[in-house]
Amino acid sequence: MWYFSSPNIVFGEGALSHLEKLQGRLACIVSDENLLQSGFIEQVRSFLPSDIAVQIFTEVEPDPSLETIRQGAMFLQQYQPDWIIAVGGGSVLDAAKGMWILYESPDVDPSAINPIETYGLRRKARFVAIPTTAGTGSETTWAIVLRDTAERRKLALGSREVIPDWAILDPEMILELPPRLTADTGLDALTHAIEGFTSTFHNDFTDGLCLHAVRLIFEYLPRCYQNGSDFEARQHMQNAAAIAGLGFGNSMAALAHGLGHSLGAVFRVPHGRAVALFLPYTIEYCAGGDPQTLRYVELVRALGLPGETQNAAAHSLAHAIRDLEKALEQPLNLQELGISREALEREMDLLVANALNDTQTIMSVRVPDENDLQQLFWSAFEGKLVNF
Amino acid sequence: MSIPFPSDAWIKAMMEDLNNSQAYLDAAKNWEGDFYFIIEPDGVLDHTVILYMDLWHGKCREALEVTDPNLKSPAFRLSGPVSTWKKVMTKKLDPMQAMITGQLKLQGNMAMVMKNVRAAKELVESCTRIPTEFPV
Repeated sequence: MWYFSSPNIVFGEGALSHLEKLQGRLACIVSDENLLQSGFIEQVRSFLPSDIAVQIFTEVEPDPSLETIRQGAMFLQQYQPDWIIAVGGGSVLDAAKGMWILYESPDVDPSAINPIETYGLRRKARFVAIPTTAGTGSETTWAIVLRDTAERRKLALGSREVIPDWAILDPEMILELPPRLTADTGLDALTHAIEGFTSTFHNDFTDGLCLHAVRLIFEYLPRCYQNGSDFEARQHMQNAAAIAGLGFGNSMAALAHGLGHSLGAVFRVPHGRAVALFLPYTIEYCAGGDPQTLRYVELVRALGLPGETQNAAAHSLAHAIRDLEKALEQPLNLQELGISREALEREMDLLVANALNDTQTIMSVRVPDENDLQQLFWSAFEGKLVNF
Repeated sequence: MSIPFPSDAWIKAMMEDLNNSQAYLDAAKNWEGDFYFIIEPDGVLDHTVILYMDLWHGKCREALEVTDPNLKSPAFRLSGPVSTWKKVMTKKLDPMQAMITGQLKLQGNMAMVMKNVRAAKELVESCTRIPTEFPV
């Protein structure tokens, strides 16, 4: 028994105009200061019917903290919206989901948000997600990643109730995305698609979504990076990110996310950059596990890459990912991220502890112990192939 | 020799297994909280059985079958029919999926659970290592 959760999705040129059809009393737009300054919020607001009042919360920071969620929930309590409209990247969308839960169920501890309990959402408000990056997939998932600043840890949380009511994918919203952000977020989507296909929760409903997203990302992400105004490529990447979200959102991510969350919280590395850096290393690591649990042959076939056995396919895929990352001028190891050997040694215990108990780590077909996690971090530091 | 599940002997065997597990010790370093595992009737099991475990920082301090539900006030309660427990313990059902879909019901401090999911996984791994005779 399992579920497949999806929002209603509006996509393509002019998708923002769907906002004209909303009916309600008051919308709270949740976003960040940069998007407010760049005019995106005003653009969204201009499509809302004139009889819907609007309040704007722009205090969401990258990797939103538990404190921000509480603060945002107080904002929602103050204005009592019947629509929450999240406009931004993964941080904004995840923060808005957390705020929504606390708005409807004020007694919830945000660090305890989980898919087991129910929160009774939609008694007060419904939720629209408008992504301004092509990568997070948060617009189509029930995942929420929040940062516990006291414990220097990211918490991979979620509730099936926070699947947005509407995801609006308008390519106009991502045309101005700078190249580095295009690469970071696009590789996040690739990591979602590959891990969604290979996680222990993979299923018939998500396999096709993940495979197609992988194909789209390999084809269109380099084009977006080289030429941000390539409208066709931008549109396909926006769709790919949402499709990958549907895929991994219903089959879970895995080890690259466990390591990436840990690294991101300790060294404040952007999420997409962190998970994508670990992706080839974790594929190589999984290749050393039980071949019956691996699914890399299907992936390389979809991409037209060599690899007749699971082991060969895993290494072929890892190689192709590193080639893509090189083409996108991404860091391939932790040193290229600017992390020193001394800093890694100093933080290793925390990195390992956080990765060990990350909710995504345990979705991997090969689950590392403390020793393996240390070796994985060191392999990623030195840029060494994983062969243990 | 297989040990009947659910029983006092079975939960004590699991206690011994957990206390010999380095993987559980590593994963549950920060875990604080005792459990009632509540096995509900199904098949030939005609009454509810409650197994108690006191889990503390990677070790099990006490384990026993409880006949009076009020004997302890555990921090966590995990309940479900014995047939579901069997599916989980024989790896036919993922424990996370069992809980998310409500086939097993978990009550307690969910912040502790979400921060220690690996501990929960190792706990189930321990169950699968006990040679077990099921009533269904």
